[in-house]
Amino acid sequence: MLAALLIVFREVIEAGLIVGIVLAATSGVRGRGRMVALGIAAGVIGACLLAAGADRLGSLFAGSGQEVFQAAVLGIATLMLAWHTIWMASHGRAIAGEMRALGGAVSEGRRPLTALGVVVAIAVLREGSEVVLFLYGIALSGGASASGMVAGGALGVGGGVLVAILLYRGLTAIPVGRMLSLTGGLITLMAAGMAAQAVAFLQQAGLADMLSAPVWNSAFLLADESIAGRLAHSLIGYTAEPDGLQVLVYAATLLVISGLARAVRPAPRAAVMPASAAAE
Amino acid sequence: MRIPYLLPLIGLFLAGNANLSLAADDGGSRDLVIKDHVFTPAEITVPAGKRVTLHIKNMDATAEEFDSSALKVEKVIAGGGTGTVYLRPLAPGRYKFEGEYHEKTAHGVVIAQ
Repeated sequence: MLAALLIVFREVIEAGLIVGIVLAATSGVRGRGRMVALGIAAGVIGACLLAAGADRLGSLFAGSGQEVFQAAVLGIATLMLAWHTIWMASHGRAIAGEMRALGGAVSEGRRPLTALGVVVAIAVLREGSEVVLFLYGIALSGGASASGMVAGGALGVGGGVLVAILLYRGLTAIPVGRMLSLTGGLITLMAAGMAAQAVAFLQQAGLADMLSAPVWNSAFLLADESIAGRLAHSLIGYTAEPDGLQVLVYAATLLVISGLARAVRPAPRAAVMPASAAAE
Repeated sequence: MRIPYLLPLIGLFLAGNANLSLAADDGGSRDLVIKDHVFTPAEITVPAGKRVTLHIKNMDATAEEFDSSALKVEKVIAGGGTGTVYLRPLAPGRYKFEGEYHEKTAHGVVIAQ
């Protein structure tokens, strides 16, 4: 039961952190609850379908279909997070202003919201399919311990959700303007981490056969298998022993997103003054 | 937008990394079987510095995840299914792996020499 609890807890936390940050990043945006709920529902349904088709998916692309699928899905998530970050850079000031004034009536909130809904769905889909496969295996093998394992799984889901809620509460306790720039930074790091992870899957599939020598090993500081290491992995894409291509893609993603966000950010005064002047 | 950022980085990286090997040496392939949540063989010896293909066959009815942070591989193999994993060229040493869904029984190690 404890093993089931730990495995499910780990997977749910990984998806839960992403959902928590998305919720914090969109706090006060109208319709975000529905979008996140839709994302979670789509992710759960997708996870069940994925688990059911795991054997067929696994045999595609010379036995590496799963890696290609994961890399594609992570690539999409990276693009969605990049889109959101860049969009927020050009509209964030207005959104923070509107939230203070109207308590959450953001007319243009829909567009990045869709992107983040997709990110939520993808996070739940990826971690969820592993949970489904694991729990299905337990149910299939039956035996007296099966009910205990399922109970452990349920506790794991509960614990993972709790951590996500705590993270969300912590983030939303921060003043709005600061919280938005913090979640913006977190989402950029998350996007870079996902891009690097996509590279790792392509390398595992033998499709990105270059710069595969490890650049450093920081396992003595933070090991991949530790809970903290796993949290850092899902939050900012930490890995103890990254290889050259992963580091390169991570850095390039960070540079491209922050560079574009800077390029589209309106000039600090010019963008705000006319709006507030018009309101008065 | 992506290219102008990438090029100097790639250049920097190539300049600083002597280990670069674009042409992978083929270290052959190895078979691994999962049965009753145990890996057979539990020890796999591979040549160091060469790329090795691992064919994993799952004879159990339930799925297993071949998991190794040392090898940087995470791969779900469906019950009754097979999976292929490409191991990067390894420095000499021992690299543990386990079946994440049955950590008590499913263990193994890749030995690069």
